[in-house]
Amino acid sequence: MSPPFLPRRALLGGLASAGAAGLAGCSPGASGGDPPTYGSLLRMGDNLTWRAHRLLLGRGLAREYDKSEITSIAAIGTTNPGNAMEPAFDPDQGGVYDRLRRGAFADWRLEVAGSVARPASYALADLKRLPARTQVTKHTCEEGWSAIAEWSGTPLGLLLKASGVRPTARFVNLYAYDMLVETIDLVDAFHPQTILAYAMNGRDLPAQHGAPLRVRVETQLGYKSLKFLRRIVVTDRYEDPGKRGDIQNGWSWYAGI
Amino acid sequence: MTAGTETGASGAGHAPWVRLCHWLIAAAVLTLAYSGVVILMAHPRLYWGAAGNDLTRAWLELPLGRNYRHGGWAPPLAFGTDPAGPVSRVRTYDIFNQNGWARSLHFLVAWGLAAAFFAYLVVGAFTGHIRRALLPRLAELSPQRLWADLRAHLAWPMPRAAGGPPYNLTQKLAYALVIFAALPLAILSGLGMSPAIGAAWPLVPAIFGGSQSARSVHFLLLCALALFLLVHLAMVVLTGAWRQLRAMTFGGRR
Repeated sequence: MSPPFLPRRALLGGLASAGAAGLAGCSPGASGGDPPTYGSLLRMGDNLTWRAHRLLLGRGLAREYDKSEITSIAAIGTTNPGNAMEPAFDPDQGGVYDRLRRGAFADWRLEVAGSVARPASYALADLKRLPARTQVTKHTCEEGWSAIAEWSGTPLGLLLKASGVRPTARFVNLYAYDMLVETIDLVDAFHPQTILAYAMNGRDLPAQHGAPLRVRVETQLGYKSLKFLRRIVVTDRYEDPGKRGDIQNGWSWYAGI
Repeated sequence: MTAGTETGASGAGHAPWVRLCHWLIAAAVLTLAYSGVVILMAHPRLYWGAAGNDLTRAWLELPLGRNYRHGGWAPPLAFGTDPAGPVSRVRTYDIFNQNGWARSLHFLVAWGLAAAFFAYLVVGAFTGHIRRALLPRLAELSPQRLWADLRAHLAWPMPRAAGGPPYNLTQKLAYALVIFAALPLAILSGLGMSPAIGAAWPLVPAIFGGSQSARSVHFLLLCALALFLLVHLAMVVLTGAWRQLRAMTFGGRR
């Protein structure tokens, strides 16, 4: 029997708060650091769907496909964070990314920080030495299309465990070299198919798909699988990344549906 | 009309809970259709199977808005040496995409539809309304009766009809198809597109042959429901629009 991938406290906490809160997602802060709705009915609906999924859905794996089923795939959104013409260009990080890319990412580091006992920093070679997972999965874009690709990388849960996630932790913020930040809860963060991918279809992750490292969240829509990662921050409450995050840009932070 | 005695409280028109559920479900379906078309406009291409995108073959391309065959793609990047193998292409076109609100509105209203539809089924089963007013009797299902009923619907001018049951055979079949086939399949095919539900309950997308097939079925059900709505509204108008609207809103038959 394989060990449960989800820390018991996260499951129990999730169920307890889902049961107790009911529609509490409707009122910001009502159940201690839930994603804010800013009074929007649409965002209340998003939280209701998140609650319902956490209450009703088991912890199954997304379907994995045969390599022969790999399809072509579009590259959308940011395809080069170093390009100042990109809509999500970050003036603080764009230049940094450009330098790192020209150095073949030898100086690139992934930071793990926040509500952890042991903050850490990993070079690409460090990640590649850790146990890896390879999966042929379907990328589902919110636009309506989907594509099948093979992804290889380090399970996010492995890094989180290595850093010692505090018992109070509830969410994980993922920061990219463009202006985007994505937030997932611990259920998805510890999902065995949630990996930090450095390879795609058997080769290094192409620039347009998030080089050198992107996250794969196979239980949510594609926009949660943030490209061009630089930093992972564990938080005790939903830390709204403001104009860099989903909610204040008018999108659902939970994209399991 | 002898069948009038079949409905118990017949002659009273639509029961209050039927009127409430009718308008709740109607409002939900119309909002879902509206937000659904906005969602479809972001990617007006449909596929069969598990996956499909701009770089694979579609079975239907809808000329809905400016994303239709936009053609804004950078040259392909191959993943391997096989010339027929998968490629990646950067999109260079700024697409129409209102999914931030359209998707969330769609799912919020879907919760409302599920609640109203569930209430309708429970009360309908409990009160016997579904059995008495909606399901055709076996004896009614002969080709002769069906043909006669269809011909009666083509009569001109159409006889004015009172609101509420008993329904004629064509009515029963149309309503039963919407309630027991189209709406449940629309909900199920909608769920079949969700990545979280696909992981937890793989059977849901598998029923349709993959989540892109579920998306195609979801679209075809929109077409079927739109066709139903068109005929439904035509019959309401032809049999006395004002009286029918009053009967479905305030009750009574006159």
